Amino acid sequence: MSESTDNTAPYTTVIGLEVHVQLLTKTKLFCSCENRFGAPPNTLTCPVCLGLPGSLPVMNREAFRLAVRAASALDCTIAEFTKWDRKNYFYPDLPKGYQISQFDLPFSEHGQLEAIDPKGGFAPRTVRILRVHLEEDAGKSMHDEAAGTADSRIDLNRTGTPLLEIVSQPDLRSAAEARCWLGELRLLLVYLGVSDCNMQEGSLRVDANVNLHIPRADGSLAKTPIVEIKNMNSFRSVERALTYEVARQYEEWQATGKELGSAPKQTRGWDDAAGITRGQRHKEESSDYRYFPEPDLVPVRLTADEIATIREGMPETPRALRQRLADTWNISAYDADVLVGQGRELVAYFEALAKLVDDGKVASNWMQQDVLRTLNDRGITIDAFPVPAEGLADVIGRVKKGDFDTSRGRDIFAEMINSGRSADEVVAEMGIAAVGEDELMTLCRELVAENPKIVADVQSGKQQAAGGLIGQAKKKNPNVNPGKVRELCLKIIGELPAP
Amino acid sequence: MQPTELSAIDLVAAVANGDLTAVECTQAALDRIDATDGQTNAFLHVDREGALTAAAAVDAKRAAGTPLGPLAGLPVGVKDALCTRDMPTTCASKMLEGYRPPYDADTVARLRAADAVIIGKTNMDEFAMGASNENSAFGPVRNPWDATRATGGSSGGSAACVAASMSTVSIGSDTGGSIRQPAGLCGVTGLKPTYGRVSRRGLVAFASSLDQIGPMGHSAADCGLVLETIAGHDPLDSTSLNEPVPRYTEMLEEPLAGIKIGRVPAHFGEGIDPEVAAAVEEGFRVLEAAGATIHDIDLPHAKYGVATYYLLAPSEASSNLARYDGVHYGHRTTEPCRSDAFDSPLVEMYCRSRAEGFGPEVKRRVMLGTYALSAGYYDAYYKRALQVRRLIRQDYLDAFSKVDLIGGPVSATPAFPLGEKTDDPLAMYLLDLYTVTTNLAGVSGISFPCGFTGSGLPIGYQLQAPALGEPLLLRAADRFQRLTEWHRRRPPSA
Amino acid sequence: MSLSRDDVAKVAALARLALSEDELEQMTRELSKIVGFVSLLEELDTSDVEPLAHPLGTTNVFREDEPAPSLPVELAIATAPKQDGECFLVPAVLGD
Repeated sequence: MSESTDNTAPYTTVIGLEVHVQLLTKTKLFCSCENRFGAPPNTLTCPVCLGLPGSLPVMNREAFRLAVRAASALDCTIAEFTKWDRKNYFYPDLPKGYQISQFDLPFSEHGQLEAIDPKGGFAPRTVRILRVHLEEDAGKSMHDEAAGTADSRIDLNRTGTPLLEIVSQPDLRSAAEARCWLGELRLLLVYLGVSDCNMQEGSLRVDANVNLHIPRADGSLAKTPIVEIKNMNSFRSVERALTYEVARQYEEWQATGKELGSAPKQTRGWDDAAGITRGQRHKEESSDYRYFPEPDLVPVRLTADEIATIREGMPETPRALRQRLADTWNISAYDADVLVGQGRELVAYFEALAKLVDDGKVASNWMQQDVLRTLNDRGITIDAFPVPAEGLADVIGRVKKGDFDTSRGRDIFAEMINSGRSADEVVAEMGIAAVGEDELMTLCRELVAENPKIVADVQSGKQQAAGGLIGQAKKKNPNVNPGKVRELCLKIIGELPAP
Repeated sequence: MQPTELSAIDLVAAVANGDLTAVECTQAALDRIDATDGQTNAFLHVDREGALTAAAAVDAKRAAGTPLGPLAGLPVGVKDALCTRDMPTTCASKMLEGYRPPYDADTVARLRAADAVIIGKTNMDEFAMGASNENSAFGPVRNPWDATRATGGSSGGSAACVAASMSTVSIGSDTGGSIRQPAGLCGVTGLKPTYGRVSRRGLVAFASSLDQIGPMGHSAADCGLVLETIAGHDPLDSTSLNEPVPRYTEMLEEPLAGIKIGRVPAHFGEGIDPEVAAAVEEGFRVLEAAGATIHDIDLPHAKYGVATYYLLAPSEASSNLARYDGVHYGHRTTEPCRSDAFDSPLVEMYCRSRAEGFGPEVKRRVMLGTYALSAGYYDAYYKRALQVRRLIRQDYLDAFSKVDLIGGPVSATPAFPLGEKTDDPLAMYLLDLYTVTTNLAGVSGISFPCGFTGSGLPIGYQLQAPALGEPLLLRAADRFQRLTEWHRRRPPSA
Repeated sequence: MSLSRDDVAKVAALARLALSEDELEQMTRELSKIVGFVSLLEELDTSDVEPLAHPLGTTNVFREDEPAPSLPVELAIATAPKQDGECFLVPAVLGD
């Protein structure tokens, strides 16, 4: 058993996650209704997803393709033969009275995904993936207590949406690891174009299974009953819920000593406002889903060649991309992580920039500070960013050349962003002109003449005193390059007759 | 000649060359229904207005010189298990009383596109579960040959409306014999195509891996004509076969010389009515006269067919019928739903709605299927049945490597009195003895009249062919019908 | 093979069917008889036999990812026993 991340805790936290993601297809899994969030209730339905008598499902080719792509990126084995099964249960948001899912022959299994904390908060954690399978989503039931009715309202727009179910082994050892792993999974699926993983819109949903392994004084291991936590609506909630639940389980175990197997698996709902998990009503039957092969769908056979083609045709994964950026542009793992975390388009911008200025580190700094800040402030993505990579490269080039210093360059860039104008235009507008050699010489001589005390300090060995001249230089002419001013002033002072 | 006395082929030709109008044909059928169906109860819904409008449209089309569809003017009765947008679709159940689907079944759409005239929806055993049409929530169908007797089922209404000349042809569905057996008991011809030959889209599902829609008429040729229209690939049915549809009616001429027909001695064991056995044996002689040779064969696992079927079909049905829960369509209880006997008002609503909406046979099969699939029983029952299914299919593959067709009885008895078997569900299930294996193996089968009992009840003969063997099946049946007159007899009231 | 009344009651709950005491008794008798009959299959040795779920063995049937019009909402909920113009209505769903 791997060690707990928190070495001070008297127990090991054991967490497994079950993630459902909606696929980015145009249509639903078994019918041609649009796969779209936010439409008015029951406006995206047809006989198939309504489960009307006589309706039949037909598999969406693109959904299957995206599913195989996702599972391949998660290092899963893709099955050469897969089939679908009916999971039978009664619920108003499940119009057929069964969900078409996969039971004993899912299309993929036995993969893995690593959780790596770029800040080093925990050692890299490899989480094994038990299986990934393809199934349909159910509808939504809404209950409005305030409306004073005893009825629930059923909206079936969501029925039939393609879902990938990703089940991890219980390899996570802390709430922080879980959050990080989810972030990694989300990034991967977004990069692959498989899902937009938007928890607010329900295109990514998480349930967590957690229990504790507590070493007893005699060396044996006590295991608390496994709890399934539902109703977590953000990655932050997942972390908070798990943190809370772990503490709660330990307290409960200390008080009652109840262990795994003493009662059926419990389900608890996370209440984000109250910051606690609550036991949910125990279901009257530990559901017997009576799985059997779906007779309305035929199985899918894939040849080894077809599977290989899908694997090879995959876009670069975040993990591969991080490594490549760090290697190619000589930037830190942290920087690579930040850039990759922003998405493929931003990485493309960065790479274009880095190539133009031939300096990965400088490019990375400008990306993280100026570009990202603007994107965040304005709530836009890189494709809406007003200055192309060439424009920023232009500014950086001029700073390197010495036309102006970095902080001036930032001002220029900010104005380019606001006005949409080129570097040339902004520089001209702001009256920034490169200060000519003669002009600079004149100015420096003036400074030296005006600052006898500083001169005296420098002459007595305090070179750094020259820095005091820079502020005055800027006042005289804001376009001066501070570095050049310093250099020149020192030179001039050096040529003065010794005191 | 009366339109109701014409074959489908002749009627369609008469409409095409103007000897008859579509309206005349439809009106004749409607008149016949008015005269006869009060007693027979073959129709659950007659669409007088819609049918006459459709017929008038066909006549207008002809008058305008627009090419007519291959079934132009043909009156068709459609089993109430197929969705029709403009007519109720009840499956003869209180659960779907008054239900109107927002779409047409693929078969219905094809019939309309072929300019056929759908005159109404025919009675059936509730949700296609039965072999006597006594399980209808809207009264049994009476056999046109003897009103005190059952028609067989579940496509009893479809068989009876053709037998009584209320409709030239009809559409039924067959899951374990539900076209072939009532055809046999009503003296008409009925075809169960190869699984996947006709789209199941819009057929209210009973047992999805066994159900097939098929034509019924007075002759194999008429069945072939209808099959040409309703067969074909449907991309919206994943189990639909992507194979070209032959022109069946143009493939009937070749004699049967060289064709080998299998005879299963076990079919003639204990339990078969002697008059039926005699007529079926005579049927083999007719086929010999047509040029075929008869060979004894064995289907070793056929005796497990009924047990296999009565595990698989109810299991699939228990799942297919879960959607009838009173939430989105169909019957919802009006009881208050506040009792403590249930876990919640919602659960009570489900339980009461379904108990009120389903008849006893449907409940029995839903219970049986739920049990067979439930935890702990799946391997012993459902999975085992799927394994035996493979053995049964292998029997057919082996048999068809030796013979081209398999002949024999379609029912052990002729039409039985209404009420005779309703107290013993198991006895009713055993009526499917000769027909279930066709569905389990996914192959094709046809039944047609081969004689009558001393008391004037029809006796049916069944031929089975390999998958996609409809051309040979229809040809052999057609040959039989050129050499015999059984299929031309009509009930006394006709 | 005999089913007990309790077995049958459990199945009825699973199948969401309300059965009266009399119906439960009758169903127990009938199902026991039928299950006894289908147990005939135990005679066969099926240990090496692959289950046959689809009679004709087709595979790989797909549909292209192109949208088609959905039903208008009026038609979608037209058949509902209870609706409010937008949604299907049911007695309160617990655990929401």
